[in-house]
Amino acid sequence: MSSTAPAGSMPEPRRGMPGFVDDWSADKQAYNVPWGKAMMWIFLVSDTFIFTCFLVGYMTVRVSTAEPWPLASEVFALSFFGSDYIPLILIAIMTFVLITSSGTMAMAVNYGYRKDKRKTAYLMLATAALGATFVGMQAFEWTTLINSYDIRPWSNPIGAPQFGAVFFMVTGFHGLHVTAGVIYLLVVARKVWRGDYEKKGYEVVEITGLYWHFVDLVWVFIFAFFYLL
Amino acid sequence: MSADAGTQQHGQEQEHHSLAIYYKVWGLLFVLSLFSYMVDYIEVQGFWRWFWVLTFMTLKAGFIIAIFMHAFWERLALIWTILGPPILLLFLILFMAFESGYTESTRVERLGHEANQEPVSMEVIRASH
Repeated sequence: MSSTAPAGSMPEPRRGMPGFVDDWSADKQAYNVPWGKAMMWIFLVSDTFIFTCFLVGYMTVRVSTAEPWPLASEVFALSFFGSDYIPLILIAIMTFVLITSSGTMAMAVNYGYRKDKRKTAYLMLATAALGATFVGMQAFEWTTLINSYDIRPWSNPIGAPQFGAVFFMVTGFHGLHVTAGVIYLLVVARKVWRGDYEKKGYEVVEITGLYWHFVDLVWVFIFAFFYLL
Repeated sequence: MSADAGTQQHGQEQEHHSLAIYYKVWGLLFVLSLFSYMVDYIEVQGFWRWFWVLTFMTLKAGFIIAIFMHAFWERLALIWTILGPPILLLFLILFMAFESGYTESTRVERLGHEANQEPVSMEVIRASH
């Protein structure tokens, strides 16, 4: 971290395009952020490529198959206590759960920088609980598709078999990210609670937050392309 | 002294935004998600379905990256490391869209597959269980 130098010994770096050129042309570090944050961003960019490959693969098989594509709106409809089927309701609830968790995470980061370790830890635990809820609902969704509709990654009695392949691949990989995120959150929340970051600073909470918001971000795209379009 | 050193250490990275902006963006994400869901619920189809779903998706993604992930307050060197490479992926999407359209046309023209079949209604499937 270069920012340990006392204030005033270095001129304030320029902003905008001149700053962009300065950062890349001078013989010094390019990113004025803690290394952990830069590395997390670079990991997330690589993860973006993985999810884009999945979604592009999904587009390719969906456009190229001549077999009918099941209507997501109807497949993911649910009925509560014998009511009429409400289209896509489970997915809508999952979306709201994940957005709520992003909000609690953003607040955890903010309280971290205010050095309020109790609130930070509680908000991170709330985020992890919402993430676990999301995975639980996803498990329910998988169970419905496997047991009630006999959909498998290699076959699908209600339309194109590619539907099953894409569904289990994309939501499975996203669910894996959420599960990893829950574990990551719990580990960091415990360290926050113990006061490990009192001296070191609370950047770690922000870095954890980056990962968590990314998981929410990926869901925004899956929700749009797989469930709505 | 120690508090002073702590402030120095984090320098410009330290985010001291008020919570107000997070509440606003949080509320906005809820509303945008509700709108996307309504597109499906009131059964908007065709061009406008694509238009609204993609609009709400882009807005949500933008707010998450800019505010929740703090990209808005980062320097351009980092912002372009994040946004630059994924922009190239738009070409992959474009090329694969052409390619898959062509594959479908060969399946229809050469293999005699029937295009644009209606999917089986879920009511029929649920009735059989």
